[in-house]
Amino acid sequence: MARILVIAERVKGRIDDSAWELLTAARALAGEGGKTAAGLLGSDLAALATELARGFDEVFVFDDPRLAQPDAEADGAALRALLERERFDALLAPHTNCMIDTMPALAVRLGAPLLADCVELEWRDGQLCGVRTVYGGKVHARVSAAKSERGYMATVRGGAFPAAMPGSVAGAVRAEHLPEGFAPRRRSLRTLEPEAGAVDISAAERLVAVGRGIEAQENLALVEKLAQALGAELCASRPVVDKGWLSKSRQVGTSGVSVKPKLYLAVGISGSFQHMGGIKGAPYLVAINKDRSAPIFGVADVGIVGDLFEVVPALEAAVRKARG
Amino acid sequence: MDIVVCVKRVPDLSEAELAIDRRSKRLDVSDLEAGINEWDNFAVEAAVRLKEAHGGKVTAVTVGDEEAEDVLRRALAMGADEALHVSDQAFADADPWLVANALCKALQGRPFDLVLCGAISSDGTSGHVGGMLAALLDVPQVALATALEVKGRKALVRHEVEGGLEREVELDLPALVTVQTGINEPRYVSVRGIRKVAEVEIPVKSAGELGLAAERRVRLEEMFLPPSGAGAEILEGDTDEVVGKLVERLRERGGL
Repeated sequence: MARILVIAERVKGRIDDSAWELLTAARALAGEGGKTAAGLLGSDLAALATELARGFDEVFVFDDPRLAQPDAEADGAALRALLERERFDALLAPHTNCMIDTMPALAVRLGAPLLADCVELEWRDGQLCGVRTVYGGKVHARVSAAKSERGYMATVRGGAFPAAMPGSVAGAVRAEHLPEGFAPRRRSLRTLEPEAGAVDISAAERLVAVGRGIEAQENLALVEKLAQALGAELCASRPVVDKGWLSKSRQVGTSGVSVKPKLYLAVGISGSFQHMGGIKGAPYLVAINKDRSAPIFGVADVGIVGDLFEVVPALEAAVRKARG
Repeated sequence: MDIVVCVKRVPDLSEAELAIDRRSKRLDVSDLEAGINEWDNFAVEAAVRLKEAHGGKVTAVTVGDEEAEDVLRRALAMGADEALHVSDQAFADADPWLVANALCKALQGRPFDLVLCGAISSDGTSGHVGGMLAALLDVPQVALATALEVKGRKALVRHEVEGGLEREVELDLPALVTVQTGINEPRYVSVRGIRKVAEVEIPVKSAGELGLAAERRVRLEEMFLPPSGAGAEILEGDTDEVVGKLVERLRERGGL
């Protein structure tokens, strides 16, 4: 029986799906008779707090204009005050950009162990243990937290747990406050929308995605031609955009665009979770990669292990022939 | 302006046959090439550019085995002025908290305006060392920077948040920033460049010399390869055959 706090992340003013995935993880860790709690930070949160109270037993709400934008320093100070007052056996947060920013410093200030990016979690002898991926997803690791008097913390991979369905039971909503005398050394200046590109890949039904395996900018023409043959839009994983070969508006991933196509054909992409996190709606996923141990083959529907410089032109020709 | 940049030597897994060593239950990295962590390369470049713009000194620091000296020499060749090497058997399987503690101890008594880290390492991939180090140093911090400039006693940083958005924040110096790939174009490092810094003295400190108990808060129990069999149907045959089979699959799925 345990009490588990989940950090409910807000993205563009909405509760992120990760909150309901973490509720599933939290219920399992809480056990019979245990309690799940949500921590919600931001401003004008009344409606979001009510939404969370349909799933969590308790909702701790920090409603403050100074928290309007996620901010590692302010959010960390607020959560630290809560965690030093209330006893939670474990805190779970999604392994997202903002939580990578917030959780490590909070763990040090609380003196609690922090497991990173877990896909499984369990108690063993009262200590939090997990499974996570390392080496870009090619290897898995079993990790365990050292015994802690200050509770345990973990960040959790998106999609690792199925989302819990909110019910009608109303949990208790409690108002919390930033500690008095909070003096920020970091200030949010503005939020930047991505530059509107000529294409909107988020709405495309078919996508051909190109990754690091393409090696050089001049080789992009190969995958462009395949995309044309398939009537697909071209998109990319991060390394191609980092090099400036394609615009940021074509980058699929947790730090890029979220897409929900019916067909996703990944060429020379290893399949890091940051990339896969941007692919929603379970498309038919095809992977072409010369590295058999690339994690993308673990999630694709169908794969070709081979040299993309041979496979892609051959595939383009075959598709053109098949489509007449 | 005094800048510290944290770097790590990591194995290169691209196209390698992976095997778990049965006794140690760790990935067998003995036959793998190794080099600077990709994110750290961008961090070194960012540090050197700030020095070029504002003057001052860049110190590269690593926690790693003897061979990790390579990545320090590389940072020196890119324009770092000094290097610090924390090396001890006790750091095998170090968790982010232990690495952050070792870095913090190594920096004691060394004034700095800015600490830069790669946002993630390609081996451990937690992304947690930078934030932990910032808390230990008690300086403000921001993760996943895609742009960075310094104005007076402030750092102006653009960083990645959720939903494909970026946010611009201002930090009071001294501060710590973790750097995302693509923030700049790291300069080329030639063999000649490395040779030129071969004579630079790099102090090496052990855990004991730093007064560091090699305690971990997260233990690595074992590594294992993801279960095979799960995942994609791998098409077999020569190029024409696999392409033919793929076209059939696409047609069945209405993808043509």
